[in-house]
Amino acid sequence: MSDELILRVRTVIANTQRIPVEKITIDSTFQELGIDSMDGVNILFALENEFDITIPDDAAKQIRDVRQIIEGVEKLMAGGTPDAAPAAS
Amino acid sequence: MHRVAVTGIGAICALGRTAEEFACALRAGRSGIGPIQSTDCTTLRFRNGAEITGYDYRPYFDDKRADFMDRFAQFAVIAAREAVNDAGIQWTPELREAGAIITGSCVGGQATEDIGFYNVYKMGLNRVHPLTIPKIMSNAGASHISMELGVTGPSYTISTACSSASHAIGQAFWMVRSGMAPLAITGGSEAPLGFGILKAWEALRVVSPDTCRPFSKDRNGMILGEGGAMLVLEPLEAARARGARIHAEIVGFGMSSDASHITQPSAEGAARAMRSAICDARLMPEAFGYINAHGTGTMANDVTETAAIRMVFGSHAERLAVSSTKSMHGHALGAAGALEAMAAIVALRDGFLPPTANYNQPDPDCDLDVVPNTSRPAQVEYALSNSFAFGGLNAVLAFRR
Repeated sequence: MSDELILRVRTVIANTQRIPVEKITIDSTFQELGIDSMDGVNILFALENEFDITIPDDAAKQIRDVRQIIEGVEKLMAGGTPDAAPAAS
Repeated sequence: MHRVAVTGIGAICALGRTAEEFACALRAGRSGIGPIQSTDCTTLRFRNGAEITGYDYRPYFDDKRADFMDRFAQFAVIAAREAVNDAGIQWTPELREAGAIITGSCVGGQATEDIGFYNVYKMGLNRVHPLTIPKIMSNAGASHISMELGVTGPSYTISTACSSASHAIGQAFWMVRSGMAPLAITGGSEAPLGFGILKAWEALRVVSPDTCRPFSKDRNGMILGEGGAMLVLEPLEAARARGARIHAEIVGFGMSSDASHITQPSAEGAARAMRSAICDARLMPEAFGYINAHGTGTMANDVTETAAIRMVFGSHAERLAVSSTKSMHGHALGAAGALEAMAAIVALRDGFLPPTANYNQPDPDCDLDVVPNTSRPAQVEYALSNSFAFGGLNAVLAFRR
C-alpha cells in the first residue's frame, strides 16, 4: 500500500465529497466522513475513472471505510478481484 | 370550499433573477431573447434563445448541493425560495406536514442526460455518472423544494409538455380550494437549452431563426426559453387573517384534451379548456379583460388560438386584450405556464397589460388586440392564462385582481 496510492484515493474522496483532503485518513469510516450510500456510489465512479478500473457491484456494496477502498483498488489494479467480504472491524 | 390567494411569487428567467425584475421587464416590454451562450449552436439552424445569461449556481447553492441538481431543479428551488420568502409564511408543524408541492417539468434534466449519453455513445466511455438518474428525473425540482423546506405533504410533478406548469398550478389550486392542503407551492421549471434537445427542436422545424413574433403576420416560429417560476397558494381567509400580501386570487381552472393530433392544435380543444376554466370560476366570459395567450409564435398556434378565443368570447373578443409574453421570456416548455401565470398575476396586481413584443405586422387571421410592443395601463378584474401542449393537452387558469 504505497503512500502515493493512499493520497490518490484520499484526493478522489475529498474532491467528490467537496471536503479538504486533510480530513480524510486511511482509518476514516464513511460514517465519520458523512458519506451516505449515494455519496459512496459517486466515490466509486470517481475511483473507476481515476484508476481505470471496474469495481464489481458485490464489492461496492461492502465498502464502509477508506482502508477497504485502498485495499480494493490495489487488488483491482493488480488484476485481482477485491474481497467481497466485510472487513473484520 | 376556500377562495385561493397567491401570497408569494418567485421567478428566474431570461427577464430577470427575481419576480420583481420579471415584472419590470414585462412592463418595459423588454425581450430577453438573444444568442444562446451556454451551448455551441454552430451546427444548428437557429442561434437564439431566452437564456438566463451568465447563470452560475454559486450565489444559490454550495458545491456539494449543486452536484446533486440539474440546472432545471436549481431553477425550481431558486424560484420556490423567493416565493416562500415573499409570502412570509409562518411555518407551523401542521403546515409543514400537510403542505403540497406540485411542480411542472416537460423534459427534466436535459443537460445531465446529454453529458451522460455523449460519454457512452460518442466518447466510448463505459460508464455514466451515478447521479445521472436523480438529476434527470422530472420530479427532482419538487423533491429538492420539499427537502429544503421540510414540507412533507403531497408532492409530485406533472409532465404535460407545454402545459405542465399550468396543470400543476391548477391541481394545487384545487387542493387548496377543497381544503385538502392548507398551503401549496406550485409552478414549473425547465432548462431545455442543451445541444441534444435543441437539435430535436430544430428537427421539428418550429423554431424561429431570429425571434418570437406572436400574432404578427411575419412570425416564423417559437424561441425556446429556460427558467422557473413558483407561487405560494393559501386559503384567502387564512392569508387575510395573518395580514399577508395578496398578489391575486386564482378563481378557476379548466382542462381538455384535443384527442386529435400529436402536434397540430385544435381550436375546439383550446376553447373547451377556456370555457371549463371560466365555468369553474363561476363567471361569464364578459368578466374577463385580459388573456395571457399560449402565443408560441408558430403559424399553427396563433391562428388556432385566435379562433378558439373568438369561439369562447364571441363579440367580447373585440374588447379583450390578448398578449403573448413568450415574445419576451421565450417558450420555457414545462415552466411556461408558471411564468405566464405570474405575468397575468402582476398584470392584474400592477394595473398594466404586458405587450406582445417583436410585433411587426397585423395578421387578418390573428385579428385580436394583441397589445403590440408597448405595455398599456389597464385595471383589469379577471384574466386567463392559456397553455396548449403538444399532444393536445390543454390547461387554462383564471385569476382575479
